Amino acid sequence: MTDRIPAGDQSPQDLESVLIASDTAGLPASAHGQMGSLALPEEPPGPAGSPEQAMVSPQDLALSQQQGLEPTARSQWAYARLRFFRHRMAVLSLLVLIAIGFVAIFAKQIAPYEFDELDLDNITSGPTFADKHLFGTDLLGRDYLSRVIFGLRTSLWVAFFVAILSTTIGTTVGALAGYYGGIVDNLLMRFTDLILTLPGLAVLLTAAAFFGAGDPLKVGLILALLFWTSLARIVRGVFLSLREKEYIEAAKASGASDARIILRHMLPNSLGPIIVNTTLVVAAAILVEAALSFLGFGIQPPNPALGSLIATGQAEGTDLWWLVTFPGLVIVVIALAINFIGDGLRDALDPTQRRVRA
Amino acid sequence: MLTYIIRRLLYSAVVLVLASFLVFFFVTATGDPLAGLRISPNVSKITVQNVIDRKHLDDPIIKRYGYWAQDAFTNQFGSTLLDNRPILPDLWRVMKNTLQLVLIAQLLVIIMAVAIGVVSAIRQYSVFDHTMTTFSFLGLATPVFWLALMAQVGVVQIFERTGHRLFPIANLSAVDPGTGLDFWIDRAHHLTLPVLVLTVAGIAGYSRYMRAAMLEVINSDYVRTARAKGLSERRVTVKHALRNALIPLVTLVALDFGTILGGAVVTETVFSLDGMGLYFVNALFNNDPYPVMAWLMIVAVMIVVFNLVADIAYGLLDPRVRYD
Repeated sequence: MTDRIPAGDQSPQDLESVLIASDTAGLPASAHGQMGSLALPEEPPGPAGSPEQAMVSPQDLALSQQQGLEPTARSQWAYARLRFFRHRMAVLSLLVLIAIGFVAIFAKQIAPYEFDELDLDNITSGPTFADKHLFGTDLLGRDYLSRVIFGLRTSLWVAFFVAILSTTIGTTVGALAGYYGGIVDNLLMRFTDLILTLPGLAVLLTAAAFFGAGDPLKVGLILALLFWTSLARIVRGVFLSLREKEYIEAAKASGASDARIILRHMLPNSLGPIIVNTTLVVAAAILVEAALSFLGFGIQPPNPALGSLIATGQAEGTDLWWLVTFPGLVIVVIALAINFIGDGLRDALDPTQRRVRA
Repeated sequence: MLTYIIRRLLYSAVVLVLASFLVFFFVTATGDPLAGLRISPNVSKITVQNVIDRKHLDDPIIKRYGYWAQDAFTNQFGSTLLDNRPILPDLWRVMKNTLQLVLIAQLLVIIMAVAIGVVSAIRQYSVFDHTMTTFSFLGLATPVFWLALMAQVGVVQIFERTGHRLFPIANLSAVDPGTGLDFWIDRAHHLTLPVLVLTVAGIAGYSRYMRAAMLEVINSDYVRTARAKGLSERRVTVKHALRNALIPLVTLVALDFGTILGGAVVTETVFSLDGMGLYFVNALFNNDPYPVMAWLMIVAVMIVVFNLVADIAYGLLDPRVRYD
C-alpha cells in the first residue's frame, strides 16, 4: 500500500462505518477492553470493530454506490458525537461545566466583591439576599460567594493543569513502553509497582510536605507526577495489542518511520481510552486537591482554593454552617458533572457499549 | 504456588527497601524539625545539641538511614525525634483504635453494597437501580472530609435549634468514659458519626462494583442453564449467580484491606480520632521521620501481605487461575 491509500487507522474505520452504517462503528476492537474497566490487554477483539472485516477494496465500494446502496457516510467521531448527545445527563453536565468554567474565567467580572474585600458591617452574617451576600460572610466580613468563585477558579485551574500534564506524561511513557518494550517498559512497570506498594494518600502528603506546597502550580505538579501512571498502563496495554495489527505491519512494510507509526497510526486509535481517562483525572484531581488543601498540605491561604476555604471555614466554627457547606457543594457539583461527562464519553467512544439511554 | 509466594515476597522486600529509603530522604529533607526548639527561649543550646547527637542529625542522610534501619530491626523502630518517646506502643494503640473504626465501617459497607448491587443487577434499570446509581454517582463526587464536616454541621445545627445533643462530634471517648460496659457504650456513641461517614462513602464504589460483577454473571450461560433446569429463581440467584459474583469482590476487599489499616486519614482528622491516619498526619506535620517511617513500613507490609492474600484467594475461589 502506498501513501495514497493509507494502510492505517483512518480509512478502515471510515469504510467500516459506511458498511455497517449502524451504531457500532468507531474505535478499533483493541480499545474495547481498556475503555470501560481497565481490563487486561489480552481482551479478544470484539465482533464489530476488527479491521479485518473492515478492509474493503475501493472497487467494492464503487459497486455498492452504483447499485444505489450507498448509506450516509459518517466518521467515527460523528458517531461518537451522536451517541454522546443521546446521553442526557452527560449533555446537561457539559452545559453545567461550561457555565462553571465561564464563571471561573470571568471571576473578576462576575464576583460581586474582591475575594479579600472586607465588609465590616456584616461580619459572619448568614446567607442573605438583602446585603448582597448570597453565601454569607466570614469572620472578617469577606463576601463568601466571591471567595468561593475565586477558590473555584484556582481549583479548576489546578484540576485541568493536572489532567493535561498527567495525560501528556502518561501517553508518552505508555506509548514508548508499549511500542518499544524493553527498558522504558521495565522502568514504567517497576515505578508503578513502587507506587502501588505505598498507600496513595500518604505518598501524596509526603511529597507535598517535601516540595513545600502552598501555591497552586506546585500542588498541580505534585498531583500530575503521581497521576500519570494509571494512564501510562492503559496506553501501554492498547499499544501492545495495536502493535500486532495488520495495518501496523503494512505501515512498517511501506517504510513508515517509528514516529509516524506511533503518531499517525497508533495514537489516533488509542484516543478513546485516553480521553475518558483524562476526564476522570479532572474529577479525581479536584477531589484530591481539596483533601490535600483541607489537611494543610495543599494550596494554602492567601491563595483561595475550595479545599482550604473549607478548612478555614471549619476552623472558624461549625455553627457557621455556610462556610463549610457552599465550597463543598461546588466541589460536588463539579465532580458530579465531570463524572457524568466521563460516563457519556465512555458510552460514546466505546462501540461495544450498546446501552440504550432514554 | 509456594515458589510463586516466595518470589512475590522477595520482590516486595526489594521494593520496600527502595521505598523506605525514598520516603526517609523525603521526610528528612523536608524541613528542620528542631526549628521550634531553636527559637524557644526556654530551651538551651545544649538540649538542642543533645537531640542532634542522640539522633545523629549531623550525619549524611545515607548514614542516618543506616541508623534508622538498625533501630527498626533491633529496637522496635526506635523513638520519636523530639521527646524520645518509644514509637511502637503508640502505633499499636492507634492501630487498635483505627481497627475499631474501619472494621465496623468496612463490614457495613460490604453487607450493604452486596445487597444493593445484587438487587440493582437483578432489577436493572428499575426505579431502585436508577436511585442507587444516582446515589453512588453523588457518593463518588463527594469529598469524604466534606461529608464528615457536614455530619458535624448537621449535629451542631440540630443542637442549636432543638437542644438535643445527638452524637459527639469529636474524640473517641468522653473525658471520663467509665469502665467495662459503660466504656464501650460511650465508645459506640463516639464512633457512630465517623462509621456512618465511612460507610456512606464506601458504599458508592463497592455497590457499583458488585452490580457490574452480578450483571456479568446473570447474563452468563450457566445461569441460563440453571434456570432451564427448572431451579427456583431464588436458588439461581443465590447459589449460582451470587456465589460467582462475589469472587471479584473478595479480591477487592482483600486488596483494599491493607490500605484501610493505614487509617482513614481524612475522617480521623475531622473527628479528632486517635487513629493511624491522624498519627501519620501529625508526625508529618512535626517533620519527624521516625514515626512516619514506622507507620509507612507497617502499612506497606500490610498492603504487600493483603495483595498476596487477594491473589491466593482468587486462585482458591476461581480454579481457572494458575500460578507459574
